[in-house]
Amino acid sequence: MNATALNALIVPARLRGGLRVTSGPGHAERSGAGRSASPAASAAGQGAPRTQSGDDAQGQGNRPRQHLVVIGNGMAGMRTVEELLKLDDQAYDITVFGAEPHGNYNRIMLSPVLAGEKTVDDIMLNTPQWYADHGITLYAGDPVVAIDRRARRVRAASGREVGYDRLLLATGSKPFVIPVPGADLPGVIAFRDIGDVDAMLAAARNHRNAVVIGGGLLGLEAANGLMRQGMNVTVVHVMDSLMERQLDKPAAILLQQALEARGIGFMLNANTEAILGSDRVTGLRFKDGREMAADLVVMAVGIRPNVDLARSAGLHCERAIVVDDTLQSLSDPRIYAVGECVQHRKTVYGLVAPLWEQARVCASHLAGVGHNRYSGSVTSTQLKVTGIHLFSAGDFIGGADTEELVFRDPRRGAYKRLVLRDQRIVGVVLYGDVQDGPWYFELMQNQTNIESLRDRLLFGRAFCTPPAGPTGGP
Amino acid sequence: MSTGAGVNTTCPYCGTGCGVTARVTTAGVEVAGDTTHPANLGRLCVKGSALGETVVDEGRLLYPALRDRNSPNPPQRVSWETALDTVADGFARIMREHGPESVAWYVSGQLLTEDYYVANKLVKGFVGSANIDTNSRLCMSSAVAGHKRAFGEDIVPVSYEDLEDAELIVLVGSNTAWCHPVLYQRILKAKARRPSLQIVVIDPRRTATVELADLHVPLRAGSDVWLFNGLLTFLERSGATDAGFVSEHTRGVADALAAADIELETVAQQCGVDSDTLTAFYRLFARTEKVITCFSMGVNQSSAGTDKVNSIINCHLLTGRIGKPGMGPFSLTGQPNAMGGREVGGLANMLAAHMDLENPDHRALVQTFWNSPRIAEKPGLKAVELFEAIEQGRIKAVWIMATNPVVSLPDADQIKRALQRCEMVVVSDVIANTDTTPFADVLLPAHAWGEKDGTVTNSERCISRQRPFVPVAGEARPDWWALSEVARRWGYGEQFAYTSAHEIFDEHARLTACGNGDDAASDHSCARYLNLSGLTGLDRQAFDAMKPRRWPVVQGDADTNLRVFSDGRYYHSDRRARLVPTPPRLPAHATANEFPLVLNTGRVRDHWHTMTRTGLAPRLASHTHEPYVDIHPLDAAEALLKVDELARVTTRWGSLVARVRCSGEVQQGTIFVPIHWNEQFASNARVGALVNPVVDPVSGEPEFKHTPVRVEPFRVDWHGFVLSRGRLPMEGVTWWTRAAGAQFARYEVAGRQKVDNWPALARSALGVPDGADWIEYIDTASGVYRAAYVIEDRVEACLFVSSRPDLPSRAWLSSLFQKPKIDNLDRLGLLVGEPLDSSADTGPTICSCFGVGRNTITNAIEQGGCNSVEALGAKLRCGTNCGSCIPELQKLLVAPTATA
Repeated sequence: MNATALNALIVPARLRGGLRVTSGPGHAERSGAGRSASPAASAAGQGAPRTQSGDDAQGQGNRPRQHLVVIGNGMAGMRTVEELLKLDDQAYDITVFGAEPHGNYNRIMLSPVLAGEKTVDDIMLNTPQWYADHGITLYAGDPVVAIDRRARRVRAASGREVGYDRLLLATGSKPFVIPVPGADLPGVIAFRDIGDVDAMLAAARNHRNAVVIGGGLLGLEAANGLMRQGMNVTVVHVMDSLMERQLDKPAAILLQQALEARGIGFMLNANTEAILGSDRVTGLRFKDGREMAADLVVMAVGIRPNVDLARSAGLHCERAIVVDDTLQSLSDPRIYAVGECVQHRKTVYGLVAPLWEQARVCASHLAGVGHNRYSGSVTSTQLKVTGIHLFSAGDFIGGADTEELVFRDPRRGAYKRLVLRDQRIVGVVLYGDVQDGPWYFELMQNQTNIESLRDRLLFGRAFCTPPAGPTGGP
Repeated sequence: MSTGAGVNTTCPYCGTGCGVTARVTTAGVEVAGDTTHPANLGRLCVKGSALGETVVDEGRLLYPALRDRNSPNPPQRVSWETALDTVADGFARIMREHGPESVAWYVSGQLLTEDYYVANKLVKGFVGSANIDTNSRLCMSSAVAGHKRAFGEDIVPVSYEDLEDAELIVLVGSNTAWCHPVLYQRILKAKARRPSLQIVVIDPRRTATVELADLHVPLRAGSDVWLFNGLLTFLERSGATDAGFVSEHTRGVADALAAADIELETVAQQCGVDSDTLTAFYRLFARTEKVITCFSMGVNQSSAGTDKVNSIINCHLLTGRIGKPGMGPFSLTGQPNAMGGREVGGLANMLAAHMDLENPDHRALVQTFWNSPRIAEKPGLKAVELFEAIEQGRIKAVWIMATNPVVSLPDADQIKRALQRCEMVVVSDVIANTDTTPFADVLLPAHAWGEKDGTVTNSERCISRQRPFVPVAGEARPDWWALSEVARRWGYGEQFAYTSAHEIFDEHARLTACGNGDDAASDHSCARYLNLSGLTGLDRQAFDAMKPRRWPVVQGDADTNLRVFSDGRYYHSDRRARLVPTPPRLPAHATANEFPLVLNTGRVRDHWHTMTRTGLAPRLASHTHEPYVDIHPLDAAEALLKVDELARVTTRWGSLVARVRCSGEVQQGTIFVPIHWNEQFASNARVGALVNPVVDPVSGEPEFKHTPVRVEPFRVDWHGFVLSRGRLPMEGVTWWTRAAGAQFARYEVAGRQKVDNWPALARSALGVPDGADWIEYIDTASGVYRAAYVIEDRVEACLFVSSRPDLPSRAWLSSLFQKPKIDNLDRLGLLVGEPLDSSADTGPTICSCFGVGRNTITNAIEQGGCNSVEALGAKLRCGTNCGSCIPELQKLLVAPTATA
C-alpha cells in the first residue's frame, strides 16, 4: 500500500477522563420537522437507551428505529454518521463513544495547532451543539472496552452499557512506540491527539531541546510545530531520506533543505537504541554510540491500527479489522468498520481521503440504500507545514515499465515528478509547486490517457486547457 | 560622421539600387527610404529597412593580418605597410617567375565602381592579363553576353518607369516578390491603378511572385529556350512581326526563325506545360504591344543562359517592341553594382568602359589613356575556369575582394582545394570570419557599407552615390587604396596617384568619353552608348552632391535622356540589332537513377548572398531561420522523407543536410535549396558545393538551377534548439545552424550520438556554473529535455531537445530575451516554450518589417474581421512597408483555417 501514513486517526490507548458530552433535553424541541433527540442518557452506569420505536412518534410514521452505536468519535466515524444522516435521518438512534474528551475534531489540523497557527476551536468539526441538534448521544472520554456480540451490547470504561442493532467501529489507530529502553519515561510522547499537543505545548514552555523520532509526515509536522513554539528541534530518522514513503530523493532533499533553513536539525540514518533519563527524558543514544540531549522526545515513527477491542470481540482481524466492499466485518454483518482500523482488500489506509470514501459507502449500507461498493482508494499526501508545499500520490518510485516526467526549478524550490505507465499517471511527487496536485490525482484516479497532453502535462492544467477560444462555429 | 542629419546613400543589396537615408542616432543607425531616389521613391524592402542592424562592429575585420601556413595560430595582425609589401612582393615574384597569367583577381558586384575601375586597370593594363573576374559572372554574365550579341553593347534598354507604362509584364526565372521586392511592389501598384496590366510569371516554382500573377507558366527547369522559340514561332505565324523594324534595324531574322521553328505540342512536351497555358501566354504576348520581359537568375544561371536571353530578346526584336516606352527585355540584376562592374569592364572578357579586349583599336585607346606599360590582349579566365586553373597550379596567386567564393561558386569544395593549393591568397573583406577567410595568407580590412564612398549602378543604368555616414572601423581602407598601394610598390605610383574616390570616378567618366565619337562610318569606331562625358571634371564637392543619373550622361547634350534604341541604332558596327539563332538544348547534366531529381537553388525572402550582412540582422533571421530542402510531397514520400526532419541532399559534387519542407512550390522531380547558408551559420549547408560546375559556353555563367541530385533521410537521435545570449561552440554537434536574434543567437541542432545525461551535457554546453538558476524538464522516455539558464531574472539561455522535430515555437521564447527581467508567468511558460496566455505568442514572423507573426495575423483574420491585405495592413501594419510578405498574407487570407 502507498501511504500508511501517519497523519491519521488514532484512538488513544489511554483513557482520558473528563468531559462528558450528552445531548441536553433543551435541544430536543429544536426542530419540529426533524427527529427528536434521544432522551438524555443518565449518569454513568445506566443502561443504554433502548430502541425507542414506541417513543418516536413525532411525524415519522411507524418505521421502527434501530439503534446504531458508533465506537470512535473521530473523523471516520463521524463522517459516516454525517453521510448517514444525509441519506436517512430517521433510521437510527445513534450513540457515539469517544475516548477523547472532546467533540470530533479534525485531527489532520493538529499540526497547525501545535505550530500556533490555529486553535483547538478552529479545528472542531462537530461541536456538542451539533450532536444535540442531531439527537445523537455522545459519550466523550469514555472508551468502549468490550463488545458482547451475542447480546449486542457494548460496555464502556465507565461501566456504561448500550445495546445496538448495528455497530460501527471507527477506532482508528494508535501511535507505534518503538520498544527501546526509556520509551515510557515522562517527556516521551506521541503525536496523535489534542492531549499530545497540549503536552508538547507545555514542554515547549518549560524545556529547550526536543527530538522528534521519525522523519515522516507527522514527525516533520511535529518538529515544525515545536520549532515554532521556540524549541530547539532535531529530527532523528532511521532512513537516509525524509518521508521516503511519499517522496523521492530529490524532493526529500529539497524538503530537508527548506526545513533546515527554518532551523530544524536532522540526523539521518540514526537508529535509536535507548532513551536516556531517570525521572524524565534527558537524551537519546543511537546504535552507533552517538548520544544526543533532549528534554522532549516525540515518537512519530508510525501508527498501528487500533484493533484490540475488535480482536477481543472475536472479529476477524489481520493487520486490521478485515471488511468487505460494504465495510462490514467478515465475522459479523451487524458490525461495520471504517477508517484506519480497517483492512480492505489487504490494504490498510493511513490517510484521510480513503476514509471519506469508506464513510460514503458504509453510510449507504447503514441507511439500507446500499448499492455502492468500496473498491479501495488511491491516496495522496500533503504536508501541513506552512510555507512548505508538497504533494505525493501513487507509485512515485516507478519501475521498469514506467516512464517519468521531471521538472526542477531549484531557485523557486520547485520539483515535480509524474510517473506514467502506458500513458497514464500512476504516481505524483510535487514539491514547491503543488497547485496541480489535485488535477494530477484526478487524472490518476480516472486513469486518463495523457498522451496528447504529455508535452505540457507537468507544467500544469492551465497549460493543458485549450484557451476558451472566442471563435464562433463555422 | 553625421549625427542627426540624414545622409543619402544607396542600398548595398540587390540591383534595384534603392536610395536610402541613413541617420546615426544614439540607438544606432536608422535607415529610411530616400523619397527623392528614382529607383524606389522612398520605398524599401525588409532587407533595406533592416540595414541599420547590420552596421555593427560585430565580426568586422579591423586590421590587416598575415597567416603563417605552418602555424596553427590565427592570422597575426600586421601594419598595412607590411601587408601591402607582402602582397606586392608576393605577386611580383610569382609574375616574375611564371608570367602575368599566373596571378588573378576575383572581385565582386559588391565593389564600388571606383574600386572596380582601379582593380580592372591594374590587372589589364599593368599586370597585363585579363585574369580578373567577378562574382557577377555567377549572376548576370549571360545577360551581358546576350545584350552584346543582340545589341553590340551591354545595354539594358528598359527603365523602372517603363514598368508603369507596360500592359504586360512577363517575369521569367525571377522571384521578383522576394528578390526585387521594391520593383515588385511598383508593378503591383501599377496593376492596382490599371488592372488591365497583365502579369505572367514563368518559373518552374510556384513562388511568392506567382501569388499575385494573372498567369503562371510552370515550365520544366531549363526549358526556357523551347518556350521562347515557341513564342517566336507563334509571333511570326500570328502576324505579330514588325516587318519594317526587322528589315531596317535587325539582322539574322531568318536564321533565328529557322532555329526556333517548333510546334506548340513540342513546346508543351519539352516544357511540361499544357498547351492551353502556352497558348494563353503566347496570345497575350502577341496581342499586347507594350510588353516588358523581365528576366533574372532563372534565365541567366544556365548552361544555355545566353541563348535563353537571346531567345527572349529575339521576341522583342521580331515585334519591334524595344526602344519605346513600356516595352523591352529587362535584365534584373542581383547585385548592387554588377552594372558598375560591367561599365568599367571588370570581367575577364571585357576591357574597359564597354570596350572590347579583342578590338585592337579599343586596346590601343585604353592603353594610351591609362599610360600603361602593356594591355591584356585576350580574355582571361572566367570565374569557374579561374579556380580550376588555381587548383591546377596555373594560377599561383589570387586576390579575392568582397566576395565569398567558397560559398557562392559551383562545386564549392573545389574552391577550397584550389585555395589550399594556391601559393598566395589575399582576401579583402569587411568580415573577419567567412568560409573564404581561413584560406587567406593576407587579410585586408575593407570599408563596409556606411564607410564606403563612391558610386554604384543599378539595373536601369542609374548611377548613384554610396556615401559614408559612420566612422571607419579599425584600420579599414577603401579597396581602391589597397590596389593603388600595390601598384605604387610596383612602380606605377603615377598612374595610381588617387587620393579620393572622385578622382577615380572622373578618370572612369573620361575613359567612357574617350574616343566615343559618333563616327560610325569609320573602320576604327570606338562609339559606345556608355558615355559619362557629362559627369567628367566633378570635384569632390560636385561628386558628393551628385544626384542619381541614368547613363548615358553626355556633355553638352541637353537631351541625355533620349531613350536608348529609340533611334533604331544599335552598337554592332552596322548599327543593327541581331536576332540570334537559339537552337534549344537540355541542361548539361541529366538526371539518372543515382541522382533522380533536379536541384534548383535560389534566395529566400529575407537573406542575401552568403549572409555576411543579413546574417547580422535579427529582423532578417526569423522568416527563414535555417537551410531547408523544398521537395514535392510525392518525391518526399518516395524518398521516405518527413516534413521537418532532416535530409541529406547529395550530388556528384557534394552534399549537405537541411530541413525537409513541402511548401507546394516545387514541381515533382525537382527540389529547391537556398543559396545563403555556409559554415559560419550551419554545420553543413553550402549548396554551392553541390552545384555542377558546368557553365554557359558563351557567358561562362554556371548552371546553378539544374544539378542532378538525390535526397535521403538524415537520421538523428535528437533534434533541438538553443537560444543563447552568448555565442556557443558547436564542435561535435552533428548538425547545427545559427541565426541572429535580438540579443541572442539561435541555434537549431541535431545529433546522432545518443545522449545519456542531458542535464550534465546541457550544463557544460551552456557553461552553467553550479548553483546557477537553472530550470529543467526531463521526459527521458520521449527523449525530451528542456532547460533554461536565468541570471537575476534575465534569461541567459534555453535549450530544448526532443527525439522528434516537434519542438515548440521559438517566437515567444525569443521575445523573452528582450526583457531585462522575466516575471513569474514568463518563468512558468519558459520550459513549455509558450506563455500561459497563448495569445501572447505571436507565432513565426511573416512581416519582418514590423515583426508581425502568423498567429497575430490569423487572429486578425478570424476574429478581427480582416478580410483583405489592406485590412490587415490597416490593423497590424503588416505588408505596408516593403510588401514582400503580401503574397504570404494573401495565402493566409485564403487558407481554410481562415474561412470559418
